[in-house]
Amino acid sequence: MSIARANRLTPYFFMAPAVVIMAIALLYPLGYMVWGSFKDWDPSQSIGEAEFVGLKNYVTLWNDPNFWESASVTLRFAFFVVSFEMVLGVGLALLLDRNIRGMSVLRTMFILPMMIAPVVVGLMWRYMYHPTVGTFNRTLDSLGIPGVDWLGQHALTSVIIADIWQWTPFIFILALAALQSLPRSALEAARIDGATAWQQIWYIKLPLMMPVLIVTGLLRLIDAFKVLEVILVMTEGGPGLSTEILALRISRTATEFRELGVAAALSNYLLLMLLAFTLGMFGFTRWQEARAAKIRTADEEDA
Amino acid sequence: MPTIHLDHLIKRYGDVEVLHGIELEMADHEFTVLVGPSGCGKSTTLRMVAGLEDVSDGEIYVDGKPVSHLEPKDRDLAMVFQDYALYPHMNVAQNISFALRLARRPKAEVDAKVKEVAATVGLTEFLHRKPGALSGGQRQRVAMARALAKDSSIFLFDEPLSNLDAKLRGQMRAELAVMSQRVQKNMIYVTHDQIEAMTLADRIVVMHGGYIQQQGTPEELFKHPVNKFVAGFVGSPPMNFLHGDIEERDGATFVHGDGFALKLEGAKAEAARTHTHRNTILGVRPSDLRFDPEAPSETALTLDVMVSEYVGAQSVLLCKCGSEDVMVELNSETPVAMGQTLKFAVNPNGVHLFDSENETAI
Ligand SMILES: Nc1ncnc2c1ncn2[C@@H]1O[C@H](COP(=O)(O)OP(=O)(O)OP(=O)(O)O)[C@@H](O)[C@H]1O
Ligand SMILES: [Mg+2]
Repeated sequence: MSIARANRLTPYFFMAPAVVIMAIALLYPLGYMVWGSFKDWDPSQSIGEAEFVGLKNYVTLWNDPNFWESASVTLRFAFFVVSFEMVLGVGLALLLDRNIRGMSVLRTMFILPMMIAPVVVGLMWRYMYHPTVGTFNRTLDSLGIPGVDWLGQHALTSVIIADIWQWTPFIFILALAALQSLPRSALEAARIDGATAWQQIWYIKLPLMMPVLIVTGLLRLIDAFKVLEVILVMTEGGPGLSTEILALRISRTATEFRELGVAAALSNYLLLMLLAFTLGMFGFTRWQEARAAKIRTADEEDA
Repeated sequence: MPTIHLDHLIKRYGDVEVLHGIELEMADHEFTVLVGPSGCGKSTTLRMVAGLEDVSDGEIYVDGKPVSHLEPKDRDLAMVFQDYALYPHMNVAQNISFALRLARRPKAEVDAKVKEVAATVGLTEFLHRKPGALSGGQRQRVAMARALAKDSSIFLFDEPLSNLDAKLRGQMRAELAVMSQRVQKNMIYVTHDQIEAMTLADRIVVMHGGYIQQQGTPEELFKHPVNKFVAGFVGSPPMNFLHGDIEERDGATFVHGDGFALKLEGAKAEAARTHTHRNTILGVRPSDLRFDPEAPSETALTLDVMVSEYVGAQSVLLCKCGSEDVMVELNSETPVAMGQTLKFAVNPNGVHLFDSENETAI
């Protein structure tokens, strides 16, 4: 074997163990799930014993209004949660990106919610939302304002608030890191060029932070689609189906309804949805870059 | 076209004081050049004028009005940064026009201005590139163009030509000289380059260790440096320094050192005779030494030629006078071989004397 050829193969050789582990740890369960989704599968059976039913599980779900309700709850939850968290997190980062005494303590305090176990967060907020003894309603009561039916009528809003409380810090620290790695001198140049604080944010800081913000937003979006524990503890998906996001429905389909095949099909729908979002996002950035390049070449031809 | 006055400007970073009371007066449309070794506080001074650094003490007056509390954008100035400070996400045209667009100038005017300054600095082909796809010199020109596009009354330059090749630098220097004549703005310019300082400046300010050593026209600084530091800093190749004692013999005054005894004349002799102590440093510029085998030894230095550096029409000889190094500037035609011992006449107007303790001029 020639040395050049050996050199060319070296990277593959080093990558091989990682590829094998990936294949086992990632692709095997995934394949298992896809395979299971084509079966009428009861928890008492092994996957081999279950009857193959083709796309029946998918069709059943497609025609199930509860599935659509759940998908809509998931989308609304993810949309509001990610939008608010992005705005709040980035806003806080812009606000706290300065060297004032005590700022580091403040920053550390801001990221505390993220470190609490989701179940604890769920319990905490459930007590705070309690209609009679909860913190919120007692406070409202003492101010003479009638209490709010947090986890009843406004259940979705309430879980969204809890999630924002827990995950805004995530956006905050990443945005802050992005902000602090911006080229200082470009900002100084902008100050000399006459940019107000707002214009600096709008024309310099945000565009330069954008790559980090896109990835951060994507991570949060994926997470928001899969959130389970907090909602499970707070509302168990209720009242009715008002907070039953897909992840929760999957877990109930598998455990309560004992339909593993349908649960697997549900998971695949969720996966496809996420995939579509991610690809859409990448496609969008690609398209924008391509458009910018096209404008550039057109301009260069003019010049 | 304002006057600028730096009134006892002090800058501290924590406990460290890096500028110790800078006192500077700049007239209407004057071209002021700050020079000094690395770390002496040139950029800091410039950034304080720009408003990017807080003033620890003292005040900056523009047209008699204190400005140290104003934001940079309210000071009506443009600046070229030492590290370019371009906007990485904007292309060259957008970089150049940013200030104009913020000021909401009409698009036609902005486009015309961009074309004009881009042509001045030779960037027309690159208007649609991002800074990341430009060479260091090209980026520096973008920074320059960005400052020029902004019609400010004060221009601040922090080593704006340091990354250009010799030809381009010469071109830009000429361009700047013409521009400073034409636009009649106040310019403060930081540089390491002797030639830039000498050719562009109405006034040169030599800084060292956070103090102003001397300020004046290029000619004043070149001919009458107030201390050894300024003498050694201004002019290229630098001034030669030789240690010697002042002696009086036969009614004349001499500087006597290792391998030379030079007779002083006129006012220099008088000043040397009345000076408090005898230890001095003799300063002679390389260009004030003239090859002359016939020169009497009391007006000449006898030097051993060590190395000859050919730099075109002129050569620079590295010589020894006793144990000390001396540089001589010489017409390249002069037949000189290494290892020779030659006599060089000293231009009597080019003799400088410095106190050996506090290094001030005598
Ligand atoms: N943020 C800072 N904190 C502490 N010291 C600083 C800070 N910025 C600059 N200094 C110090 O101030 C002094 C002056 O720095 P400055 O940048 O003005 O030098 P300069 O004359 O522009 O040098 P150069 O020619 O290398 O650019 C230096 O000794 C530097 O170490
Ligand atoms: Mg500097």
